Amino acid sequence: MLLLIPLIPFVGFLVNAGMGRRLSKAVSGSIAVAAMLASFGLSVAAFVQLIGHPPDSRAIVQQVFTWITSGAFEASFTLRVDPLSALMILIVTGIGSLIHIYSTAYMHDERDSEYARYFSYLNLFAAFMLVLVLGSNFLVMFVGWEGVGLCSYLLIGFWYEKKSASDAGKKAFIVNRIGDFGFILGVLLIYVRFGTVDFQQIASSISSIGAETSFGTLSLITLLLFVGATGKSAQIPLFVWLPDAMEGPTPVSALIHAATMVTAGVYMIGRNAVLFSHAPQTLQIVAVIGAATAFFAGTIGLVQNDIKRVLAYSTVSQLGYMFLAMGVGAFSAGIFHLYTHAFFKALLFLGSGAVIHALAGEQDLRRMGGLKDALPVTYWTFLIGALAIAGVPGLAGFFSKDEILYRTFANGHTLLWAVGLVTSLLTAIYMFRLVFMAFHGPRHVPDPAPAPSEPHAGGAPHHLHDAPRPMALVLVILAAGSIVVGYVGLPGVFSSTNRFDKFLAPSFAEAHDVVRNVRAESETAGARAAESSEQLELGLMGLSVLAAVSGIGIAMFFFYRNRELALRLAERFIGLYTVLARKYYVDEVYDAAVVQPIRIVADQGLWKVVDMRVIDGSVNGVAESVRGWSELLRRLQTGSVRAYAASLFLGVVAVIGYYLWK
Amino acid sequence: MPSLNDYLLLSAILFCIGTAGVFVRRNLITILLSIEIMLNAVNLTFVAFGRSLGGPDGQIIVFFVMTVAAAEAAVGLAIVIALFRHRESLNPDTFTALKW
Repeated sequence: MLLLIPLIPFVGFLVNAGMGRRLSKAVSGSIAVAAMLASFGLSVAAFVQLIGHPPDSRAIVQQVFTWITSGAFEASFTLRVDPLSALMILIVTGIGSLIHIYSTAYMHDERDSEYARYFSYLNLFAAFMLVLVLGSNFLVMFVGWEGVGLCSYLLIGFWYEKKSASDAGKKAFIVNRIGDFGFILGVLLIYVRFGTVDFQQIASSISSIGAETSFGTLSLITLLLFVGATGKSAQIPLFVWLPDAMEGPTPVSALIHAATMVTAGVYMIGRNAVLFSHAPQTLQIVAVIGAATAFFAGTIGLVQNDIKRVLAYSTVSQLGYMFLAMGVGAFSAGIFHLYTHAFFKALLFLGSGAVIHALAGEQDLRRMGGLKDALPVTYWTFLIGALAIAGVPGLAGFFSKDEILYRTFANGHTLLWAVGLVTSLLTAIYMFRLVFMAFHGPRHVPDPAPAPSEPHAGGAPHHLHDAPRPMALVLVILAAGSIVVGYVGLPGVFSSTNRFDKFLAPSFAEAHDVVRNVRAESETAGARAAESSEQLELGLMGLSVLAAVSGIGIAMFFFYRNRELALRLAERFIGLYTVLARKYYVDEVYDAAVVQPIRIVADQGLWKVVDMRVIDGSVNGVAESVRGWSELLRRLQTGSVRAYAASLFLGVVAVIGYYLWK
Repeated sequence: MPSLNDYLLLSAILFCIGTAGVFVRRNLITILLSIEIMLNAVNLTFVAFGRSLGGPDGQIIVFFVMTVAAAEAAVGLAIVIALFRHRESLNPDTFTALKW
C-alpha cells in the first residue's frame, strides 16, 4: 500500500507526459488532481493505520525490492512510515492536492500542451517528494532528493522562453548540486563508519556510543549532511537560488519553494535526529547558521519590492527558524514549525498568486495598493496568513515559532534566542509592509501590464477580478488551516500534554534525551541552567507577542499612515537601504569569488591549456610522431631491386659473419 | 692435381663475379645469368667437398640445385618477358611501381 502513495502521482506524470498533448486541459488537470487526491487518501489511510498501533511500535514498513547487493553492502528499496514521515506525507499530499486544484485555475491561460507539461512536472515532483520522505535508507532518500531537485529545475524554468526563468532554473540546479555533493560525501562516510545506510540501523548502532565531545567522524558526517541541507533548504551560504526560483509559476513557488521541497533539509535532519544529537559541534553550527539565515533573510525581505521575492526571503527566514530549532536540539519544535509553515506560507504564496493573477502578471508592490475591496477573498485570507506568520497569538505560526524560541532559550542559547526574537519582529514588519502596500492605501491603477513578468495574461482585455472559484476555495481552506493547525501542538503551559510532541516522540525521544544529557554534562560552573518553568515560558511568550504586535505596529506606522516617512527614511539611510535592496551583494560576491574565477580557470586554463594544448596536443602529437617516423622509414623502400638485393646480401654476410666470428 | 683449396678459391672467385654481376649490370637477363654463375659456384663447392670427403652427398645436392636452378630460370625468364612486354625495358630501376 505504501508503494502506491508515490506510485499514483508517478502514473499521473506518465499519463500527462506521454499523451498530454492530446488531452484537453480539463482532462489533464483532472488526472493530476485525481492522482494527488488518491495519494492523499492513501496517506490518510496509512496515518489512521499508524495511529492504530501502540505508540512504541508505530511504523509500517514495506520492502519493495532489494536494490543493491554487493559484498557486505545491501540496500533495499524500502518504504517506511513512522510518525515523522506520516506527518510529511500528509503535508506533501494534502498541501499538494490543494495546490494542484489551485493550479487548474491559475494556469488556465496556458496552451493545452503546456498545461499538461505543467501538471506532469507537478505530479512527478509529488512522487519524488513522497519517495524522499518515505525512504527508509539514505539511498532511497537520495533518489527522491535528486528527483525533487530535477522537478524544481524544470518548474522554475517552466517558462523557458524567458531567459531570466531558464537562468534561475540553472542557478537552482547548480547551487543544489554543490549541496548534494556534501550530502553524497556524508552518505559515503556513513557507510564507511557504520557499514549501512539504513536509518534505523544507523540510529541503533549509534545509540551505544556517547555523544562526541570534540570534532570527530560523527561531526564530519553530520556537517556534510548539513551542507546538503543548506543547498536544498536555502540556508547560508547556499540560499541564493531560492529568491530567483520565484521565476517559476506561483503555485510552484507555493508547493516546492515554500511548503515542501525546501523543507527536505529540515526533514533530513529530523530523520537523523539521533545521529545529529550525537554531534553537538555540528548542532551548534546548524543553530548558528539557522539563526543567522533567519535574521539575514528577514532584513532583506524588508526592502524588496517584488511581492514574491518578499515571500521568498520570508521562506528562507522561516527555514532558518526550523534549522535553529534543529540546532538547539528541539527537533519536534522544528518539525512543528515546518508543518504550520507549510500551511500559512502556501496560503501567502497562493494569495500573492491571486493578486498577480488579478493584475495580469504585475508583481511590483509599488504598483499595487488598495486592492482590499477589489479582492476581498484574497485580502482576508492573505491577512490571516500574514497574522499567522507574524506570530499573532491564536494562529498556527504563533505556537510553532514560540515553541522554537522557548526551546532555544530553555536550552541555554540566549544569544540565538535574541536573534530569533528580533527576526520575529522583522517578520511582522515585512509581512505587514506587504499587506499594507498591496491591499491598502491609494489604488495605483495598474498599467495594462506592458511586460507581464508572468506571461499568463493571455491577451484578453484585463479587468480586476477576485480569485476564481477553485483558487478561492483553496485559499479559504488554507486560511482555515493556518488558524487551526497550531492547536495540535499547544505549548505545555496551556495543556498538560503537547499532542504534537507526543505523536512524534517515537521519532525524537532518544535524540531529545541525548541533547539533554550533553547539555547537562556541559553545564558545569558558570553555565546557567534555564529551568523550564511556566513563568519563564509565559514571559518569553509575552515577549514574542510583543515583538509581533510591535512589528505590525511599525509596519502600520510606516506603510499605512506615513508612507512618505518610510520613503524619507530610505533616503536618509540610503547606504543601508541599498545594501539591503541589493541583498547584501551576496550574488555579486559569489559572482566575483566563485563564478568568475571558475570561468577564468575554465576559459584560460582548462580550455585553452588543458584541452587545446594537453589533450589535443597529445592526440595530435601521437599522429605527428607516427608521421615523422614513417617519413624516415619510408626512405628504406627505395624501389631499386639492386638495393634490395644488396641489403639481402649484406644481411646474409652479417649473419654468417656473426656465427663465424663467434 | 689441384687441391680442395684450389677448387674453393675458384668457386669463391666465381661467386664474387656473379654477385658483382647482380649488383652492377642493368639488364635483367644479365642479372639472371649472374645468378646462374653464383649457383654454379656453389655447385662447384659441393662437388669439391663431395670428392674430398669421398661420399655421394655433395653430388646429390648438386642435382637438386640444378633442378631448382632450371625451374628458377624458366620462371625468371617468363617474368622478364612479361615485364619487357609491359614496360619495353629490361632495366630493373624502371620497375618501381610498388615503391612507397
